[in-house]
Amino acid sequence: MRFLLLFNRQSKLRLQKWFTAVSEREKRKVIRDMTVLVVGRPPRSCNFIDWRDLKIVYKRWLHHGGPHGPLLLVIPLVAGAGRYASLYFCVGLEEQDNELLGLEVLHRYVELLDKYFGNVCELDIIFNFEKAYHILDEFLMGGEVVETSKTDLALSIEEADVLQEVQWTITY
Amino acid sequence: MSDVVEKTLTALPSLLSLDSQSGKLSSSSKLGNLIRGITELTSKHDEEKLIQRELVSIKEQVSSPNTSMRQMKELMVRAIYCEMLGYEASFSYIHAIKLAQQGTALDKRVGYLAVSLFLNESDELLLLLVNTVLKDLQSTNLIEVCMALTVVGQIFPKDMIPAVLPLVEEKLTHPKEIIRRKAVLALYKFYLIAPNQVQHIHSKFRKALCDKDPGVMSASLHIYFEMVKEKPEGYKDLTGSFVTILKQVVGGKLPIDFNYHSVPAPWLQIQLLRILSLLGKNDRSMSELMYEVLDESLRRAEMNHNITYAILFECVKTIYTIHPKAELLEKAAKCIGNFVLSPKINLKYLGLKALTYVVQQDANLALQHQMTIIECLDHSDLIIKRETLELLFRITNSQNVKVIVEKLLEFLRQSKDDYITIDLGGKMQPDIPNSFLRLLSEGFDSVEENRQLRLLAVESYLSLLQDRPAKLSQRFLQVISWVLGEYSHLKEGLEPVTVLRLLAPLLDLRQSSTETKSWALTAMTKLCDGPACVSVAQELADRHGGSLDTVLRQRLHELQHLAAHPELRTRVLPRNVGLEPLEVDSSLSFLDGFVSEALAAGAAPYKPPHQRQEELAQEKALSVEPYGLSLPLSMSNCSVAERPYPTALSTSSGLSGNSTELSHKGGSGALKLEGVKRVWGKEGYLTQTEAAVPMEEMAQVEADREKQQLASSLFVGLGSLSSTGLCLMGKAEPTPHRFRRRAKGQGSSSGTSERSSPDSGSVPPHVDSAPHLPLDLPANNGAQEDLGEDMSASLIETNGMAVVDPDTYIDLHDPDHVHLISSLPGELSALPRSEITPLCSHASLALSACHVQTDRSALLVVFVANTSDSAARRFVLRMTSGDLEYSLIPSRPSVHMELAGVASYQLPDGEPQSTQFSYTLSLTDFIRPLTVSTEEYGRLWLAFSNDTKQNLRLLSEGPDPLRDTLGLLRDKLQVHIVDIIASEGIVACQLLQGQPCLMHCRVNAGCLAVWLRSSLPELPDCLLYHCQRALAEH
Repeated sequence: MRFLLLFNRQSKLRLQKWFTAVSEREKRKVIRDMTVLVVGRPPRSCNFIDWRDLKIVYKRWLHHGGPHGPLLLVIPLVAGAGRYASLYFCVGLEEQDNELLGLEVLHRYVELLDKYFGNVCELDIIFNFEKAYHILDEFLMGGEVVETSKTDLALSIEEADVLQEVQWTITY
Repeated sequence: MSDVVEKTLTALPSLLSLDSQSGKLSSSSKLGNLIRGITELTSKHDEEKLIQRELVSIKEQVSSPNTSMRQMKELMVRAIYCEMLGYEASFSYIHAIKLAQQGTALDKRVGYLAVSLFLNESDELLLLLVNTVLKDLQSTNLIEVCMALTVVGQIFPKDMIPAVLPLVEEKLTHPKEIIRRKAVLALYKFYLIAPNQVQHIHSKFRKALCDKDPGVMSASLHIYFEMVKEKPEGYKDLTGSFVTILKQVVGGKLPIDFNYHSVPAPWLQIQLLRILSLLGKNDRSMSELMYEVLDESLRRAEMNHNITYAILFECVKTIYTIHPKAELLEKAAKCIGNFVLSPKINLKYLGLKALTYVVQQDANLALQHQMTIIECLDHSDLIIKRETLELLFRITNSQNVKVIVEKLLEFLRQSKDDYITIDLGGKMQPDIPNSFLRLLSEGFDSVEENRQLRLLAVESYLSLLQDRPAKLSQRFLQVISWVLGEYSHLKEGLEPVTVLRLLAPLLDLRQSSTETKSWALTAMTKLCDGPACVSVAQELADRHGGSLDTVLRQRLHELQHLAAHPELRTRVLPRNVGLEPLEVDSSLSFLDGFVSEALAAGAAPYKPPHQRQEELAQEKALSVEPYGLSLPLSMSNCSVAERPYPTALSTSSGLSGNSTELSHKGGSGALKLEGVKRVWGKEGYLTQTEAAVPMEEMAQVEADREKQQLASSLFVGLGSLSSTGLCLMGKAEPTPHRFRRRAKGQGSSSGTSERSSPDSGSVPPHVDSAPHLPLDLPANNGAQEDLGEDMSASLIETNGMAVVDPDTYIDLHDPDHVHLISSLPGELSALPRSEITPLCSHASLALSACHVQTDRSALLVVFVANTSDSAARRFVLRMTSGDLEYSLIPSRPSVHMELAGVASYQLPDGEPQSTQFSYTLSLTDFIRPLTVSTEEYGRLWLAFSNDTKQNLRLLSEGPDPLRDTLGLLRDKLQVHIVDIIASEGIVACQLLQGQPCLMHCRVNAGCLAVWLRSSLPELPDCLLYHCQRALAEH
């Protein structure tokens, strides 16, 4: 896995993670290409795109009523385009990687976010992006999924948070 | 610590809700203000102004001494946000490091996060983080250790790995699972960026693999995947363990919370499948270990969820990669069918991808789904279309090429993406420029046509250059340069200087690569004739002489020099030489005098770059350990230049050049001297002397080394043979090179896996032609099993040796040429063998072969001779056969068995060449006597159902016709006469891997009535044919 990006329909970047060393210029180019490519995909086309020598796997999450509404983990069958805002997650995979697995990485990440924030919405991610990063860091290391039980993962994130809270109450 | 966790966990819900509330509340924080401020803006310009203001305020606050760490954290979050929007906040980088260094828990974590987001792996600021990481790794606070390991696994300066390595290693035995897991992942990262730094702790990886916690174990698989990819033969012994792990995972032996959508540990499963496919590739015995678990995986993964499809897909890929087994292939094919036919578009895509992957092995599968494929060609989704085209390329043949190209062009017209166009176009014709240049230089049969074509090329290229060269592609410019350089003299009235002036602007083009510029300069050098050209050359030299590019300067220098010396130029770059290969002395022997002089004067011996790198790494590994842990706390203040010795810091911060040299001079001198002898001394020695005595000595030394290398690894042995072979081959006429290959069966999809091969399978066909080399056949067998499908080797140069008479190779039947026979290894020379038959000869390569019969196998010996006087490189011999399996065992008996192959090689100055050949083996080469008693014969006779009857000629000259006839058959076909009773005789033989064939003969009215029975349907007929022939030839 080379990178993971999160942006909305207006191509506003919400999260970016690079797993290999990439120059700033290159990063900007990738982000620009990704937003254009992914947002421009017609509905009901497949979730994989060939881009340069990489495979792009993306997933679009809809949410009710603008960025405040929770992301819908299960996309409703009849999705009226106007009623839902969308948030795009996309990863850049190498040629030999398994595309479906990439898709599941995105899915699992959203599940984790959902579990942490409780009905996660775009605003949660915007205002607490550093937490979203922390969760991602626990989940993916060096571009590889850390296979661990879900409770383990949630615990390690929460443990850290709890400790910090405790520390905070002690110091202040 | 765990107490704290226990207590706080009970209070978790309330705390968490508070946390997430504060999360939502934070919209009133400064970050919230910023975000809201931005959303309210309407123009990009306003946003820019707002962010710039924000950045100024952040900058002010971070540098203020009164800012607390908690405030600092808040500031960092805002800085990260600004960076994400695309505004640079580089002033905050150093503060992010400071925050990671000095903050506590939460603040520290943000500090580390900011560092990992801001900095690049090569950023020098990262060095300042090393100390913090070291401190945190030794902390008693688990959270801090975790954070340090996380950041190490994300971003860490390569040169500083030795400093933290011991601490990370130590964490592998930590009682907490999460710490062990992170430590393993950190090591994985190290392995990726600097594999040789973690070479010595491979045993610890094994321990991690055996960790009781599945999380740690699965983390270690990432490392194993990389290591196995690098060198599969080194990890074959682990295949069993990987299979067992996969079995347990698939069987649901993991704790339930490793499930993801009720599939047990899917990521782990897929990683294991990928490792297995690497291990089972071209390895029958390893593959056999996997069949069961693969079958199980296919069976278990039936749930209708993406993640199970992901596993299925990987399973199918593995099944098609490893040694095939009919039953599994069938299931995998069905699976691919389900993918292709699925209404879900993602699955359809994967189905096409899988088809593309397997179509070369099983074209029928594509035929089965041809209708779906055609539908996909017109799919509304371009991605699906593209994948379909990709599939079509793989099945392109002379009949369908036209249709496929039409479809491709149709697709290209729709597609706007340049990359795809180039990619697809390149796949169709990867080598247009080369083919074109070849056409131009080799030309047609007619001289006049040649001239016209070349002239046309020159004229059109001239007009292109006059137009706008900037928009032409690099490759095309190179072609233009070459053509103009070679053929522009054909155009009458065209002054060379005109061409020169047209080519000169190419050097000024910004987008021109060095390669293109070199081509242009070489062309100019060819053309440079007359005073006008000299002045142009001078002009160019003045303008570009200061270029930083050394290649360019070299070319300029050549141009200038050769322009001034026309007679030298005509010698160096003769016109109209066409295809005659140039002689290149790649051993650089002409420099030997210079080198030995320099060495005598005390110069440092030459070391190849990789050796230098290794030594540098070692040097660092040594010097870092004592100082690594006591690096000064505030590294920003430490002055690097004042250190007299190369510490880790100085070596990695721009002074590396100096310290490298230091290490060279101070290093182990004796060892290096030896290295020099090897690189320079030997070859210099060889070219200077014709005396035989030192050569023999040398040969002895080399032979000893040879043995060791051969024993340890044949592959490595090959590489070194090509460089050390000179003296060994000094007296030998041919210039062959020795290598071995296994013949590999192609059509092994059915029936092969059921038939387990007996001992004979371990003796591969064995290719050998180097005289004087001791060969230890049994000892090498093990190593050979590990060899991949193709092997490359360099043919030895004959530079400086007896010139090979090409006639030697024309008739290899000639018994006078005993040198080929004498070059058979000792073990084989005593065995019955066929005549040496020439296979093919192509340009400068001659291949001939013979086969040798041993008791348990048939060996194919291929002689390779390089008749040119230069070294041929990348020699690859690839053999395929529909009738033979590994190690020349017939999969199905037939009268004659065909073995086809391709030999490809490359001469130093030429294009890669390849030539095809085929070799026919007769069934009799695989027939061996079967010694059975009359009783056993009777039992076997009844057990077999495939039979044939025929009357054969009886040899009636002698007193005992039956005995004579059977005796002849025994001698010619190697059958065993079991018994002869009166007018009846029974004979038994067997095919190599043990299928017997029995023959019952009876004299009847001046004929021999034979009745053959065997377990194989084809065998009696084929054997009968050979019996007939043997008798007819008598």
